[in-house]
Amino acid sequence: MRLVLHIWRQAKTADKGHFERHELDGVVADMSFLEMLDLLNDKLLESDKLPVVFDSDCREGICGTCSLVINGYAHGPGHAAATCQLYMRDFHDGQELWIEPFRGGAFKVVKDLMTDRSALDRIIQAGGYISVPTGPKPEPNSNPIPQDIAERAMDAAACIGCGACVAACPNGSAMLFMSAKVSHLGSLPQGQPERDQRVINMVEQHEEEGFGSCTNHAECQAACPKEISIDFIGQLNRDYQRAMLLKPHKLRGKLPNA
Amino acid sequence: MSHATPTAMPDNASAAWSLNSKVPEGPIAEKWTRYREHVKLVGPNNKRSYDIIVVGSGLAGASAAASLGALGYNVRCFTYHDSTRRAHSIAAQGGINAAKNYQGDGDSIDRLFYDTQKGGDFRAREANVHRLAEGSASIIDQCVAQGVPFAREYSGLLSNRSFGGVLVSRTFYARGQTGQQLLLGAYQALQQQVNAGKVKTHPREEMQDLVIIDGRARGIVTRHLDTGELHTYAADAVVLGTGGYGPVYYRSTNAVNCNITANWRAHRRGAGFANPCFVQIHPTCIPVQGDEQSKLTLMSESLRNDGRIWVPRKPDEKRPPSEIPESDRFYYLEERYPAYGNLVPRDVASRNAKYVCDDGLGVGASGQAVYLDFRDAIKRFGHDTIAARYGNLFDMYKEITAENPYDTPMRIFPAVHYCMGGLWVDYELATTIPGLYSIGESNFSDHGANRLGASALMQCLNDGYFVLPVTIGNYLADHFRDKVKTSEPAFAQVKAESQARIDRIAAIRGKRTPMSIHKELGQIMWDHCGMSRNAAGLRGAIDQIRDLQKQFWTDVKIPADTMTTNQPLERALRLSDFLELGETMCLDALARDESAGCHLREEHQTDEGEAVRDDVNFAHTAVWEYRGEGAEPARHTEPLTFEALKPTTRSYK
Repeated sequence: MRLVLHIWRQAKTADKGHFERHELDGVVADMSFLEMLDLLNDKLLESDKLPVVFDSDCREGICGTCSLVINGYAHGPGHAAATCQLYMRDFHDGQELWIEPFRGGAFKVVKDLMTDRSALDRIIQAGGYISVPTGPKPEPNSNPIPQDIAERAMDAAACIGCGACVAACPNGSAMLFMSAKVSHLGSLPQGQPERDQRVINMVEQHEEEGFGSCTNHAECQAACPKEISIDFIGQLNRDYQRAMLLKPHKLRGKLPNA
Repeated sequence: MSHATPTAMPDNASAAWSLNSKVPEGPIAEKWTRYREHVKLVGPNNKRSYDIIVVGSGLAGASAAASLGALGYNVRCFTYHDSTRRAHSIAAQGGINAAKNYQGDGDSIDRLFYDTQKGGDFRAREANVHRLAEGSASIIDQCVAQGVPFAREYSGLLSNRSFGGVLVSRTFYARGQTGQQLLLGAYQALQQQVNAGKVKTHPREEMQDLVIIDGRARGIVTRHLDTGELHTYAADAVVLGTGGYGPVYYRSTNAVNCNITANWRAHRRGAGFANPCFVQIHPTCIPVQGDEQSKLTLMSESLRNDGRIWVPRKPDEKRPPSEIPESDRFYYLEERYPAYGNLVPRDVASRNAKYVCDDGLGVGASGQAVYLDFRDAIKRFGHDTIAARYGNLFDMYKEITAENPYDTPMRIFPAVHYCMGGLWVDYELATTIPGLYSIGESNFSDHGANRLGASALMQCLNDGYFVLPVTIGNYLADHFRDKVKTSEPAFAQVKAESQARIDRIAAIRGKRTPMSIHKELGQIMWDHCGMSRNAAGLRGAIDQIRDLQKQFWTDVKIPADTMTTNQPLERALRLSDFLELGETMCLDALARDESAGCHLREEHQTDEGEAVRDDVNFAHTAVWEYRGEGAEPARHTEPLTFEALKPTTRSYK
């Protein structure tokens, strides 16, 4: 298989960046998309050209590191798959591919196809946890959790934090990412004590980072490799409104950490 | 408690090491309790004057960093990833063991201890293993409190399943994403500490070397992967939770960036490396499909609960699997091991897959695969039940192979998965360098010669949440307000050495890409230090690796600019350490002239191909001492004593 690749090259964050055209021979159907880029990079290096910087790690769709926009789609044309789970059998000989980094909201391109997504970590830091120190804990089976609730929490918790939702969103919003954590923890009994404070703090951090707001395009859901539903954005909005109504006015705004 | 003097460090290469395991006195079930009752403590107001470096943010690193931060220490946590949520623990699928006995099937701490020791083929230190079993239930409690959404029954109670090598159901799981959920639990605890100002995370900073001052670990040198700059950090103690070294085989189930560098650099500075040849080959992985393949994907071992493993009885079988009648199917595990059947431990399952393929019965284009068949399970439980249990794994398989496992059996083959070997640690998880600790897969301690399924997550979290935060205090209490600064000459010296190594690689300007050399190393390791080994093969491999080392240092090629993101340089730096590790692994495999667990020496097996252990000569941990570039490392031993459980011949028949 022979491909024509238009790859985004950008030496550093401050640079403007451009597409660079490559023709690549010897691509076989069983190769993964990232192995195709490995092949390209090895050929570039052999011919004294600069290999393309791209991020990846587990290569099985769970670590959330890989982050390519392929022909305009975050994580490419595959359904419910991260970039590393794409195989070249889904592409055809002679096809032209435009490969770009994740962009949008608070994301910044570090180099070529690599993006700085640290803003997502800071949203979690603002409240995406249940505050428990390490130490003796109650017996878990003394607090049964109905299976449907546990399953719903797991549906949300499946988020891999890749940022495809941001890259796919016309508003550059990370609300799908945020709503997944708010809904995961807010659905469980253990998450109730901090539920209101958590959602307020996370939403404010989301805003502070410069992410946009959701206007129901649902592009995030379509791009999400873990099929996180935008229903969770509904849950986020409801939790946020409830929290704001319940909190005394003077406490609205950033709450001190408990 | 009888705490002997700290492990004596060799003052030169030839000094003998005293590998004091520091196992507390007393009956095995009381050792850890007694230790905790007598361990030195650091007062709550003094903890803030200690700085601790944790390298790695996987299950072990993140749980340790979060726990140490919550205790009040100042913690820095380093990872080469862009976020502390991405470490490879996240890819663990199947589950985590805990001796809760929720199923009332006779489980207990003692039974988990017994299963782990037996599974490890009696090559682990039993006091550590028992402590692991003791901690297992608390891990589940801790994780549930953090909001980890373990699978539940309709009653709302926690669900269990069984795993290879055991006869009870004690494995807790979160769909096929248990590692992800446990890691995110630890990650969230870590982020809470970041928010509280007790932990500072350093993403995209990869450890390059360890700084030792007056014989104690006092800091590290890192390279920032975006800028190429080297940074130095000082601390009162350094903790390595840097995982395993599977990619020494090039292809493995590990993430492509997993590497040995942090551990190897510590090893070169004096940390003993224990049992490097003990590497687990996981039986249920998707077979290799082509030369460009960069990694292998594991299919969770939990599949063996319902899947039946077989190959055709005839070597020249041409029919598709669905048309092969029962009489022509060879369910080799069920026939050879009736008691455990498809649930034999990993090493037994892997070896048997190799044997049937060596006999020409393998399936698929390469002949290097066996069938894992769900036909009978789907018949018995229905499509929906099987989909609920393994849906995501079936989807993953289909995505990679373009075959539907609901209709046709999966093809599986063993792949390198887990490293039981690692830095030698004593009972306190301290290495041979005072102040340097190693936790999780990065150390050697709990799994002997073979790790049971669903035990890795357990060990990482036990080390990180419950063991290290206690034992490190015993060291720190003796070193109160004993600070060093990065302005000490030792930091500048080690930093200069790290820079020199980078410059040396950049200056070679040869012809071979790091990837091509890495592939060649991987092939040597897989062929000669893989599922079965023999003396002649290992000797040949050592020569080949030494030759490859020379090629690396004369002919490797990377982009010239090292002061930017330079991924071939990152790979080359890691590869140079893999090349040294590979040699030591082969030396270790050669010196261990017995078969134990995953380490099958062809010279030592029964007529039926079962491993034959040699408890007279090899009931010890082999600990390697680095003795300089080009010099052969020295092999020391820590004898293993078996007080609670006498070694028996493993039998899963």
